[in-house]
Amino acid sequence: MHRPGMISIWFFIGALLLVYGILICGAGIYDLVSPPEHPTIELAGLHAGVWWGALLIVLGAIYTIKFAPGKGK
Amino acid sequence: MQTFTLPLALLQAGSSLLSLSSVDLAIIALYFVAVLGIGFYLKKYTKTGEDFFLAGREMTAWVAGLSFLAANLGSLELMGWAASAYQYGILAAHWYWIGAIPAMLFLAIVMIPFYYISKTHSVPGYLKLRFGEPARALSAVSFGFMTVLMSGINMFSMALVLKAILGWDMAVSIWVSSITVALYVGLGGLLSAIFNEVLQFVLIWLGALLVSIIGLIEAGGWNGMVNRIHANYPGQDFTHLWRSLGNFTDNPMGIHWVGIVFGLGVAISMGYWTTDFLVVQRVISAKDLRSAKMAPVIGAAFKMCVPFIVILPGLLGLAVLPKGWLVAENAVSAAHPHSYNEVLPIMLARYCGPGLLGLGVTALIAGFMSGMAGNVSAFATVWTYDIYRAVFRKQASDEHYVSVGRWCTILGVLASIGTAYLVMQFKSIMDYVQALFSFFIAPLFATVLLGMLWKRASSAGGFWGLLAGTASSIGLWAWVKADHSALRYVALSPAAKDMAENMFRALWSCIICAGVTVIVSLATKPKPERELVGLVYGCTDVPGEGHLPVYQRPLFWAGIVAAVFVAIQIIFW
Repeated sequence: MHRPGMISIWFFIGALLLVYGILICGAGIYDLVSPPEHPTIELAGLHAGVWWGALLIVLGAIYTIKFAPGKGK
Repeated sequence: MQTFTLPLALLQAGSSLLSLSSVDLAIIALYFVAVLGIGFYLKKYTKTGEDFFLAGREMTAWVAGLSFLAANLGSLELMGWAASAYQYGILAAHWYWIGAIPAMLFLAIVMIPFYYISKTHSVPGYLKLRFGEPARALSAVSFGFMTVLMSGINMFSMALVLKAILGWDMAVSIWVSSITVALYVGLGGLLSAIFNEVLQFVLIWLGALLVSIIGLIEAGGWNGMVNRIHANYPGQDFTHLWRSLGNFTDNPMGIHWVGIVFGLGVAISMGYWTTDFLVVQRVISAKDLRSAKMAPVIGAAFKMCVPFIVILPGLLGLAVLPKGWLVAENAVSAAHPHSYNEVLPIMLARYCGPGLLGLGVTALIAGFMSGMAGNVSAFATVWTYDIYRAVFRKQASDEHYVSVGRWCTILGVLASIGTAYLVMQFKSIMDYVQALFSFFIAPLFATVLLGMLWKRASSAGGFWGLLAGTASSIGLWAWVKADHSALRYVALSPAAKDMAENMFRALWSCIICAGVTVIVSLATKPKPERELVGLVYGCTDVPGEGHLPVYQRPLFWAGIVAAVFVAIQIIFW
């Protein structure tokens, strides 16, 4: 819905995903740089946190920019 | 449609399954900040009754469609059906496919025009317009009662799950989540509930999807997973949808295809997806009729994909976890500390490191809260419009009803908390709630459908049909409870299990409701046609869509979704 001046729900979602992406990608990179001696998860070598976090950053950035307040409909 | 087998098993879990890092906790905390922030932000846009109870009827098809689905996608749904997939295999996917898709498309194409054109605020409100006050009163009271009960049980279950997988205190979980939901729904009404549901929907997908992706990588793709399951469980069929449904004893669910198709696909599914106000409310908040019709179609398209994040983790558990590692609820012991019901958090812990684990747990919390907010917002609407306005104060200002709605939201949450504590003391209540829920839903579908499609259905027919359907459902349930051998009549086989009994009971109550409605209607005076305008086929001008390009017509997209649905049934036959 679009009422005059109302921020789109997609902006909120984008902003949250962007922050989540930064946190998750950051944690993944930390694990990549200094891997734990005994990984507690399966397929730790995939470094899912890095690419999943990067995906969230990209998605979040797209939605944040596209639906930023003041950009109209 | 939710399962309630989960929490009783988790009661036996002694220690927490997952441990969270500071990044995980930050992600969870940010989620709470976001949902509360949205609630506070939207308060200034929620001034009238239409704003508070129907989100101003301004939702786009996408927002209404995603919210329609998210209100149903609670965490019990996620964890319960992942557990069912581990126990029964891909048969559990019937609840997402035949148990949802035909009903959602039927709602979109056949029923939405009447809900929308009649401008009703609720499903009981439609019954009032079509059949009069007694039918509305019966429906509103039963819905209000059930909604609070369901919300409380959801709350209790969430607290139990968080205690089991994270070691969190149950009282803290109940109060923190309840106050959060009460605040954001109380402030922004349905508008806030819908906005948050869309956010929660996205988080549920992003939090749960990774388990399936990494699981498939570990298992060697779909074929690798199937081969591993066959190797782990030789002679058992966990990967076909229909082949083993020819006989009650050929499949682990103890069910027959007649029960799945007519009981689940017709009576229960149609009842839930087309007449449960919890989900219908999201659709009638759409900005125009086309959006209202598109919303369930969009919901159906996503619903078809939900097994990828719910059923697949259960199947992957069968493939990659050691055989027999997860056991039935009543077989949990020191040697086998984990039950089927824990398969989703176990798979989450198997693949998700710091950050991702927080996202996964956030997905579970988001699921719980979206379900709870859905119940509370629907309760506030039905209580305010169909009970308070109808019985206590017929003429009051719009502002007054909004105020009552806000108080009802808080009241609904408090009643839910009370129910949660009650369930904590008397856990057997949970065994009955699933049955209680089905008492009201299946017959309601027959009443609403006949009301919409048959001009001759009279007010007396609608009321007595609904009452007879509900009473017969309760009677059949009590009959089997008192004498288990009655199962051969109720479910058509003494070998039928609980699921099959639920399906057949729903089917009988639906048939009895329809039969009584027809008989009483034929014996009583129908409403004049002029009073049925906007409520019944044949008396209502439903706006055509001929002027729209084909790709913008809901019927076209419903056809696409239906074709994909059929293809899926054939692929996994």
